[in-house]
Amino acid sequence: MERELGTFRVKAGLAEMLKGGVIMDVVKPEEAVIAERAGAVAVMALERVPADIRAAGGVARMADPRIIREIMDAVTIPVMAKARIGHFVEAQILDSLGVDYIDESEVLTPADEQYHIDKTKFKVPFVCGARNLGEALRRIAEGAAMIRTKGEPGTGNVVEAVRHARTVNAEIRRVAAAPADELPTIAKELGAPFELVQQVHDLGRLPVVNFSAGGIATPADAALMMQLGVDGIFVGSGIFKSADPEARARAIVRATTHYQDPEVLAEVSTGIGEAMRGIEISRIAPEDRMQERGW
Amino acid sequence: MTQIGIAAVQGAVREHERVLAALGARTSLVRRKEDLDGLDGLVLPGGESTAIGMLLEEYGIADVLRKGEIPVFGTCAGMILLAKEIEESSQPRLGLMDITVRRNAFGRQRESFEEEISVPAIQGGPLHAVFIRAPYVTSVGRDVEVLGTVDGKIVLCRQGRMLAGSFHPELTDDRRLHRYFLEEVVGERARLA
Repeated sequence: MERELGTFRVKAGLAEMLKGGVIMDVVKPEEAVIAERAGAVAVMALERVPADIRAAGGVARMADPRIIREIMDAVTIPVMAKARIGHFVEAQILDSLGVDYIDESEVLTPADEQYHIDKTKFKVPFVCGARNLGEALRRIAEGAAMIRTKGEPGTGNVVEAVRHARTVNAEIRRVAAAPADELPTIAKELGAPFELVQQVHDLGRLPVVNFSAGGIATPADAALMMQLGVDGIFVGSGIFKSADPEARARAIVRATTHYQDPEVLAEVSTGIGEAMRGIEISRIAPEDRMQERGW
Repeated sequence: MTQIGIAAVQGAVREHERVLAALGARTSLVRRKEDLDGLDGLVLPGGESTAIGMLLEEYGIADVLRKGEIPVFGTCAGMILLAKEIEESSQPRLGLMDITVRRNAFGRQRESFEEEISVPAIQGGPLHAVFIRAPYVTSVGRDVEVLGTVDGKIVLCRQGRMLAGSFHPELTDDRRLHRYFLEEVVGERARLA
């Protein structure tokens, strides 16, 4: 067999290697180094963390390639970067920079209100957000090799991440338990390709790795999401918007590994300074909720 | 029955569990040093070697493994952690094998690949190998046996009870390398005991 690059197996495989780990948003090389030293399995290179994007308003776009390159040079762990939903040229640019994963992300302002990026055309793998099983499977059909719950980014409030994880879990349980002859109708209801619904039925889980994102701010939040069955954790604003980013980053990494061990969780939660302040979801106008972006 | 632990700090844990269980081994997850009690062997899975190495150290697992009594099979990040020397890095490691590794040696994710490689020590034809931001070995000591190469780079080797591979057999349906670990590496220890 000839050497094959960019196969779905190597794309989904990198996500498998990140399981049980924490991926941290960083906006400069110094933060990337703090993340790596704390035990992050990857970093997301950004111009602003979601909390600042929310505060700044306006149109949020792909980061300046200079920032991404500097971060890639600063660490040895994988570097991810965000493209706007549907903005396949931003994705082409990120691909040419050599980033290890592209997040087609609702944190940025969507560039297309109808179509997501055709991710099968790229050698670089993509991760996409989802609030429910149908959305997750549509993204996988478009070529996503990793899924994350959307949560509500930049809020420091885990409630939406919990809602999305529970929704996906409940829908997976329903698909797994359904007899084969009901799957075509379930696929229609979910708005998802039948073949992927069948895979979920056979596996009892998503066919790719599923992380949690959007609102995780404490070690306990991370362990909560892990106990709800996600494969790993994205922390956006939660670390570098807290009082002591280094201590919090270390604590969240350890909580993600030892998520079933309350003694370790108590120990790592101790004395790590104040968490980011956070926002109650009902205070955010529906049109300002990032999770509503994408479909 | 053979009891194999899988270091479960983070990484491709469930894939190794699946393969080992299919081969009839009993598996358990290792997150603290107590979890090492009674193991016949340990798998260090792929993941991020910096993160895994740090937590193996902090939770006392590394100190026990350094005694060299438990046979270890390291894949990808696991290979890096088994090495004595890691090029351009001072990251925590077990240093159980007399090898020097280069991290991300084939390149970044876009250079990740699949290929069939020839491993004479394993019967039944070439192994389908999946390389993901993979390391390779740039030099080996006298006691290290080279088992497989790609482009002339060492991607599979053994030193006594330690087995290290750059690639991910756990992501394929080919169980021969895990069987080799159970029968030849762990099994040999059982016969000597």
